[in-house]
Parts: sequence; C-alpha cells; structure tokens
Amino acid sequence: MSIEIRHLTHCYSEGSALRTVALEDVSLTIEDGEFIGIIGHTGSGKSTLVQHLNGLLKPTSGQILVDGEDLNSGNVNRRALRQRIGLVFQYPEYQLFEETVARDIAFGPKNQGLSGKEIDQRVRYAMECVHLDYEKYSERSPFELSGGQMRRVAIAGVLAMRPAVLILDEPTAGLDPRGRDRILSMLEELHARDHVTIIMVSHSMDDMARLATRLVVMANGKILASGTPREIFSQVDMMVSAGLDVPQAARLCHALREKGYALPADLYRPEELKEHLLRLWKEGKTGKEGPAC
Amino acid sequence: MQHDAMISLENVSFTYEEASSPALSDISASIRPGEFVAVLGHNGSGKSTLAKLINALYTPAEGNVVVCGYNTREEKLVWEIRRRAGMIFQNPDNQIVATVVKEDVAFGLENLGVPTEEMLPRIEQALSAVRMNKYADSAPHTLSGGQKQRVAIAGILAMEPSVIIADEATAMLDPSGRKEVLDTVRMLNRTKGITVLWITHFMEEAALADRIFVVTDGKVQIEGTPAEVFSHVEEMREMHLDVPPMTALSNALRMEGLPLPAGILTVENMVQEVEKLICPSKSAI
Amino acid sequence: MLNNITMGQYYPVDSVIHRLDPRMKLILSIAYIVAVFLANSFAGYILLAAFLLFVCHMANVPFRLLLKGLRPLRMIIVITFLLNLFLTPGDEVWISFWIIRITRESFLQALFYSLRLALLVAGTSLLTLTTSPIALSDGMEVLLTPLKKIHFPAHELAMMMTIALRFIPTLLEETDKIMKAQMARGADFESGNILVRAKAMVPLLVPLFVSAFRRAGDLAMAMESRCYHGGEGRTRLRVLKTTRNDWIALGVVALLLTLIVLEGIFLKGVLF
Repeated sequence: MSIEIRHLTHCYSEGSALRTVALEDVSLTIEDGEFIGIIGHTGSGKSTLVQHLNGLLKPTSGQILVDGEDLNSGNVNRRALRQRIGLVFQYPEYQLFEETVARDIAFGPKNQGLSGKEIDQRVRYAMECVHLDYEKYSERSPFELSGGQMRRVAIAGVLAMRPAVLILDEPTAGLDPRGRDRILSMLEELHARDHVTIIMVSHSMDDMARLATRLVVMANGKILASGTPREIFSQVDMMVSAGLDVPQAARLCHALREKGYALPADLYRPEELKEHLLRLWKEGKTGKEGPAC
Repeated sequence: MQHDAMISLENVSFTYEEASSPALSDISASIRPGEFVAVLGHNGSGKSTLAKLINALYTPAEGNVVVCGYNTREEKLVWEIRRRAGMIFQNPDNQIVATVVKEDVAFGLENLGVPTEEMLPRIEQALSAVRMNKYADSAPHTLSGGQKQRVAIAGILAMEPSVIIADEATAMLDPSGRKEVLDTVRMLNRTKGITVLWITHFMEEAALADRIFVVTDGKVQIEGTPAEVFSHVEEMREMHLDVPPMTALSNALRMEGLPLPAGILTVENMVQEVEKLICPSKSAI
Repeated sequence: MLNNITMGQYYPVDSVIHRLDPRMKLILSIAYIVAVFLANSFAGYILLAAFLLFVCHMANVPFRLLLKGLRPLRMIIVITFLLNLFLTPGDEVWISFWIIRITRESFLQALFYSLRLALLVAGTSLLTLTTSPIALSDGMEVLLTPLKKIHFPAHELAMMMTIALRFIPTLLEETDKIMKAQMARGADFESGNILVRAKAMVPLLVPLFVSAFRRAGDLAMAMESRCYHGGEGRTRLRVLKTTRNDWIALGVVALLLTLIVLEGIFLKGVLF
C-alpha cells in the first residue's frame, strides 16, 4: 500500500485571527514496506502530518492518495480506509477502556464488523505481535498492568485491525530503556516478518538509527530533508542548525573528520566507527614514528 | 551517620500495602549539601519511592530518613521537611494548581502562611531564576511541557528550599524541554548551592551528575561518579540500563586492545583520547 | 478543536464594574434580586431596566451579550407569559372566545412575571460577565467564611472551584485526543439514535474518568508536597480590597432599592 502526499497544506483555525499554518506544501511518497522515521521539533508539523494520513484531519489544500485513491474525495469510505492505516497516538495507554485486555483489543475489529471467531483470532494475533501471553493476560484488566504493558495492549488494539500501514506517534515516550527496547524490537519484527509499512514519529535519533529505512526531517511545517539515515546523519551541520541531534557516533565521526582523520563521512553506527578506529590505530602502529604526533 | 549530610538514609526499607515484595530494602546513603546526585533505574525499581520517602510523603517501614537534620518520622516536622526538600513530579500538568502562573508559584507560600506583601518579590525572584517571569500572568495550559516544569520549579524555589527532588521530571518532555529543565536545575545547583536529587532513567542526564546511585530491585546496586558507574558496562546492560554510547564504544575498543582509558562519557572526551592515540596525519589514505 | 472555548461567560475587558470587589458585586447582586422581587409597577421595572442598561454601559459589555444570556431561558419566559395570560382571573375582559379569556389583569400579570424573570437573569449574567470565575469563587469564599462555624467547607469549595477551572482546558484537550484515538480504531460518535450514541460514548468517557482520577491522585500528592494542609493558617496572594468605587456602587444600589420600595408603597397600581 503506497501513500502519496501531494502539496499538502494545513491551517488550524482557518478564517480566524488565530489562524496558524501547521503544514505548508508538503509532498512525500511512502512506498510499500518502508520504515519511515519522521523527526522534528515539537510544533514542526509531524503530528499534524500523520493525522492526515488516516483522515482524522482534512487538508486545507492538497491531496493524499492512498493506492492512487484520494482520501478526501468524498466517494471513498473513510472509515474503511482508516482501518487499513492504523494510527497509534502518543501515550496510547490513556485510551484503554474495557474490562479485560482481550475486549479492549477487540474494540477495533468489532467496529470493523467482523465475526466473533475472526475477532478472537485477531486478538490472539495482536497479542502475539506485542509479546503478551494470551493465556496469562487476555482476561486481566488493562488497568492493572505496568505502563509499558498497557502501551503494548494499546498498540495491539490497533494491530488487531490488521493495518497495512502502521503509524506511531512517539511510541517510546516516557518509557524506561527496557520498555523502549521491547517496543522497538516488536516494531522491528512487525516490519520484517509481517511486512507492515511503518511510519514512526520520534525524537530519539538512536531509535531512528536502529530502525528506519528512510528519514524525513521536518521543520516549521515543511520537509527539510529526506533520505536514508546514512544520508541524513552525515549532514551534521544541517541537523544542528535545525536544532536537532544526530546519534553520538555520527557526531564523533564528524568531529574526527574535522580534525583531519580519514573516515568516511557517513558513519553513524558505533560498530562501524569501532572498525574504522581500530583500522586507523593499527595503521598508525605499523608506522615508524609511534602514536604521539 | 554523617552530621554534615543534607539527606541521609539509614537502613531504609519500605513495602507498599498491597505488594508482596519490598519496594526498597535496607538502603543506606548519604548526600552532601550542594551535591547533584542522580538516581538511575527503570520503572518499578523503587526510585520514585525513594523520592517520596525523602519528601516525607511516605515514612519508612524500617530505618530512618533524615533531611536537613529532621527525621521524617516526626509528624510535626513534616511541613518543615517539605519546605526544605521541594519536589517536582513527572507529569507537568498534574502539579499545577492555579489558573495563573504567578498564583501557582504563590501556592506554597500561601500554605506556609507567608504575608501577602512578602509574596510578590519572592514570586518574582523565583520566576526570574527559572526565566519564566515573562509568563507570570499566563494560563498554565498555554505553556509547553518544559515551561510548565519550570513553573513547578519556581513554585518550589519561592519556598527557599535546600534540596530539589526531581522525580523523573523530564520523562514526559521532548528533547528541548528536557534540556531546558535540566539546565535550569543544574544552574540552581551551581549558583545557589541547592542540593539536587535527580531521579531519571535517561543515562545522558545521569552522566552530568556528581554522583550516581543505580537502583534496581529496591537496592542500590552501583554507586559512584558517572565515570565509575558507567565503566560497569556489562552489569548496566544486565539491568537493562543504557550506558553513554561513547562509554560503550570506548569499552568495545579497549576489548580489542586499543589502550583507551576508562571513564569516557562524551564525544568531546572521546575525540581527545583518540587524538592521543592516533595521529590524523598518519591516518590519511 | 475543543480548546478554543472561553471560560464560562466572562467577558474579559477592563471597566469600573470589572474592577469592583467581587464580594461587593455579590452583595449588590443579591440586593438587585431583592429589588426585582419588590418592584410591582411598570415605573419600577423601567427603573430597574434603566439601571441594568447603565451598568451594562459602564461595564463595556455589549448589550447583545445580555440578550444572549436570556436565550437559554426564552422558553421558560414564554411559558410563564402564556400561563399567566390565560390562567389569571380578571374583570376587564379584552378577548374571549371558546375557553380562552384574556383580561387586562391577566395581560399585565403575564407581562410583569416575564419581565421579572428577564430582569433577574440579565442581572445575574451581568455579574458573571464582569467577574472572572476565580474572583467569583474568592468572593464567595470570603462571604461564606462565617458559615465555617457550622462546619460549612467554604475554603474547600473555593479550592475545588479553582482546581476545576485549572483542569477544564486540560481535560478538554484530553477529550479531543481520546476521541481521535478511538475514531482511529473505527469508533463512530456521530451516527445512530440517542441510545446508540450514548453507548458509543463509553470508550470516550471511561478513559477520561480514569485519567481524571489519576490526575486527582497526582495533584493531591503534589499539593501535599508543597505543604498544603487545608485553609488553616493560609495566607493569600490575591487579597480582596474594597475601594471608593465599591462604596459608590453600594450607594447607587441602595438608592435603587429605596426608590423601588417607595414605588411599591406609593405607585402600586397607579400607572395602570
């Protein structure tokens, strides 16, 4: 399932004194099977953008084409479309409401009008995706779980609708390193095994470096840059001037290159840097003058 | 017990009513005046319980918590302790009481019975210390998360505390808000000598502290300077805690034989140490 | 977006009336209500209406806002008028056919009663238009303080009001967020009959309540850690002060009340 955003502009409070432009002429194509990371400051338009992708917000101007169909043309059933594009909001655990985990996860499939048997299968599938044991947790109250577990239940509630595209707004916000790792490895698996297209909004460059196949950098309602993590993270100066961070390994690489070290410009993973530094050190050692300069 | 300690915990244990295992067991620690101490641990490790014990919101089942020389067990001292050890919480929305910023800063002063004419200058000072004086008349819901947390800090500052306890005060903020709040508290620590207990699960924040307590399963597992604590790379990983990427990288390089020193925390440290070992001119291909 | 609403009816401009002490405004409003009930001639009603217009003008409040305040009650005013018109007995019959009988007396009484209602509502909405909810709760706290002797929780009520006002925007924003999140899961809040729609609110209301309770717990702890221990020994940043204008206002209303009382004695039924 591909999504094409064409010249999307969105203004809040259109026609009043409070009118603010949240998105301005944004164009972007998301191909099937991509893992897109959207990065940018609070207020850069990231959340506004993702809410357009499943029709929760309507563009002030511009179009969103899903598999070539205009999402807002009127003769498209937007509810059916929402079900194909799952949206997980920030702090999704705050939307849990049912008495049991299984019933909460079943809410989406039930709204889709599926049969009881199908719903049950979906719930089991979704719980497996988020690594929650069905036997152990399905009949528990979601409100008794830990914060990280509640979040996984909430994500399962969206996955149970079997979306072709999964959008997540800051899925690791507020979680500790352990909870964060669980969510990220779960997403990694979902992308690799079930070929779900994933669009993730995040502030964490390290999460992005680990998962994304493509990064979209947003600033002031516009797309500032788009490319592979390698391309984006090698532009340290551009990122810093946009007030954004890059992974520390990329910063180290950049700093060492400025000092004259012969390193490729696009290293951003610690393992890569480790190999290159070892190589440099060994080359230095085989030289005759010793390590001191 | 050290008599010059700002906060001292002696064999403190605490168990929640409905819990089967203790949240904290037999913790002893002492924090000196003016220190910036980070408590690192993941959710459920007992680190928030620690904060609430120091603020006298809870009293220990066993052992003693002494803050500024006052034992939290003595009920009539509770207000004294809370005035001296102010606390900021995780959710910026859920700790602001009033509908106007300056009135929220006044809340603590009103509770202490400070005369009205004394309040205004104290509020103004507190707000300018956190650089929020421009927003004195704003409604809290119009502020960003980082700004709300700074208002909460001002609310504590107005009460002239000796200690600020931040219980995951940055967990719900974006990177710029996080930096804003941490910078503010570090500045107060340096310029006003306020003792800080910074509870977090962000290792990059803990790395800036004078000392770190790593808490897991209700116990202090590792204690020391950031360089000392993060040199336990494997132990930290076993506890599912991060170490700074540069510390991990230097550790990995050391294992391969590169003679890097322990205790590298930042990119700047790393650049320096690499320069000592490898000459850029010779690395030219 | 739900978060652009204004708080209550308050019309935030600066005026002499806005600056009056809320305690005084509450007392004067009660005096005004008494005057409305005492008036029993058109002269009295004209006087009261003139007073209302005068205050409205002084307060820089557009007259249409006063009328807007009447809108929720327009059905009640109309019903009051009709009931009195048809059911009041009288001698001077104007119209009479079938079971309907309209007399001079019934017409006047209908007019009186509906005017009285309109004047009451307009007067009290003038109070809320010119006084912020916070000032109102402050004023109420002070006026109700004597009742503390009989264990009336004046301070607690005012604190609850402050907190409610503080959290209304937060909870509205939250409602918006949860609504969107459930819509993304296929929830439908818009179609179906009342019963279906009420049931559709469950996925919205449950998380909202859970969140409100969590916030309440957090807030209680934050308040305690900032030394809150009830109203005892508490000082206030905002201290209510009466100024010369308050006493002038008191004088004006006292004059109004006197005139109305006199009118009640001397003009009763005179004009009609």
